[in-house]
Amino acid sequence: MPIIECKNLTMAYGSHIALRDLSFAIEAGDYLCIVGENGSGKSTLIKGLLGLQQPKEGKIILNGITHREIGYLPQQSMAQKDFPASVKEVVLSGCLSYKHRTPFYSADDKIKAAAALEKMGISDLEKRSFRALSGGQRQRVLMARALCAADRMLLLDEPAAALDPQASAELYALIGDLNKKEKMTIIMVSHDLDAAGKADKILHMANGCAYFGSTEQYYHSDVCHHLTGGGHHHHA
Amino acid sequence: MLESIAVMFSYGFMARAFIVGILTSLCLALLGVSLVLKRYSMIGDGLSHVGFGAVAVAMALGAAPLAVAVPVVMIAAFLLLMISDDGSFRGDAAVAVISSSALAIGVMSASLSSGINSDVHSYLFGSVLAMSKSDVMLSVAVSVAVLLLYVICYNRIFAITFDETFGRATGLKVDKYNTLLAMLTAVTVVVGMRMMGALLISSLVIFPALSAMRVFSSFRSVVICSALVSAVGFCIGIAASYWLNTPAGASVVIANLVIFLTFSTVGAVLKTNE
Ligand SMILES: Nc1ncnc2c1ncn2[C@@H]1O[C@H](COP(=O)(O)OP(=O)(O)OP(=O)(O)O)[C@@H](O)[C@H]1O
Ligand SMILES: [Mg+2]
Repeated sequence: MPIIECKNLTMAYGSHIALRDLSFAIEAGDYLCIVGENGSGKSTLIKGLLGLQQPKEGKIILNGITHREIGYLPQQSMAQKDFPASVKEVVLSGCLSYKHRTPFYSADDKIKAAAALEKMGISDLEKRSFRALSGGQRQRVLMARALCAADRMLLLDEPAAALDPQASAELYALIGDLNKKEKMTIIMVSHDLDAAGKADKILHMANGCAYFGSTEQYYHSDVCHHLTGGGHHHHA
Repeated sequence: MLESIAVMFSYGFMARAFIVGILTSLCLALLGVSLVLKRYSMIGDGLSHVGFGAVAVAMALGAAPLAVAVPVVMIAAFLLLMISDDGSFRGDAAVAVISSSALAIGVMSASLSSGINSDVHSYLFGSVLAMSKSDVMLSVAVSVAVLLLYVICYNRIFAITFDETFGRATGLKVDKYNTLLAMLTAVTVVVGMRMMGALLISSLVIFPALSAMRVFSSFRSVVICSALVSAVGFCIGIAASYWLNTPAGASVVIANLVIFLTFSTVGAVLKTNE
């Protein structure tokens, strides 16, 4: 049974349709990459999957997982640029997803946060200030927070946007490891076709579904050639 | 020196002013960190003006000022929060419109009934003399409740301040905690307005947080420093007002300004030395 299934999903902001009639399904352990032009509805789909925004029509069916068991890495925002917070505070806050009544972090939460930092290879940053980190370090910290919140599925919205090629390659390698070694289901939005090559499945969006299927077949499809050869360059 | 401090505290009103002032400064400073970081600082300003409007109308009608102001300001807090969450420039403008309208309504109803008398004046600019025993009891009760709630919700407050969307995505009741923040600010502003003045109290929300952020870089240290700065600023300001015979609210704000400038300098020096 697929862990997430979208059936004829349509999502809108008021009367503006952001994505139309989208259907796809992914299995536990899949690595799905969502590609598509700016404004094609990728972030909107992510919001739907997280339960932040309700579908206008159609359904999103979760099997054996709840919205809050999905870890999330938001599309980068400048809102936290000057925020005074230590790395530890940020990562620990991920643990709140499973704490319902207790007000303070337990020893277990702290162990979990340390483990998440370890997995992201940034244990040495624990005491550092979030606002003093580089873009790549910040993304890793936010990934560690997502790992505290969820250990089975991650949703990543353009994790490597604004990173230099080296930092983004490292980040994609970490994401690949989470999928292969930790058996996490990964859903990632990316403009980077090299990164998409590491995924098992591709969903190409164009206010709906232009392609959904395996990565190998994608590279032989027309939609892919359109994206790479049609003069559409989307660099953030 | 020590002797004159002892003399100062021998006046009942000064002792009361210190107790209430330190407690409300602590509360406002804690809440202020989140309000400033969430870019809600205008809410504090709006609330104090609405508070003044409510108090003035209540006095004109012969009702108990605080009994009217507390619920009115809580409702206003709720509205201002919704408006600010709108995120557009209209939200920002709407807050300004509400706050100046409330101030105007207050001034109008005061001048139509009794004129701008010393009571109205003391609500606008604050007064240490105005505090009655029951005011003190109310302020202490409110402040202690606010402090307790803040400590209990501290980790969640951090989460919603740092990243609302992530909080929402992982099942945190973001709206609930935002409302809590606004409500706590509302009651503290009303309570503190009496001494600090409606026109000046919102600076107690903003200044300590800004000062603390200049120097410290973790959320916890900013929160703690902000609380300390606020309490110290209050004590310096109120003592100065006693010795120099200046208005309480204005003296405290000036003390906070001096602290802010000092912290900015220290922060800049630390940064260049890094
Ligand atoms: N908050 C919003 N209110 C109204 N319309 C919106 C909102 N967010 C997005 N849209 C619209 O919905 C459509 C899809 O937007 P979405 O953010 O999902 O695109 P995207 O594929 O993530 O783009 P990008 O690659 O730039 O991140 C766009 O036409 C956009 O203008
Ligand atoms: Mg997007």
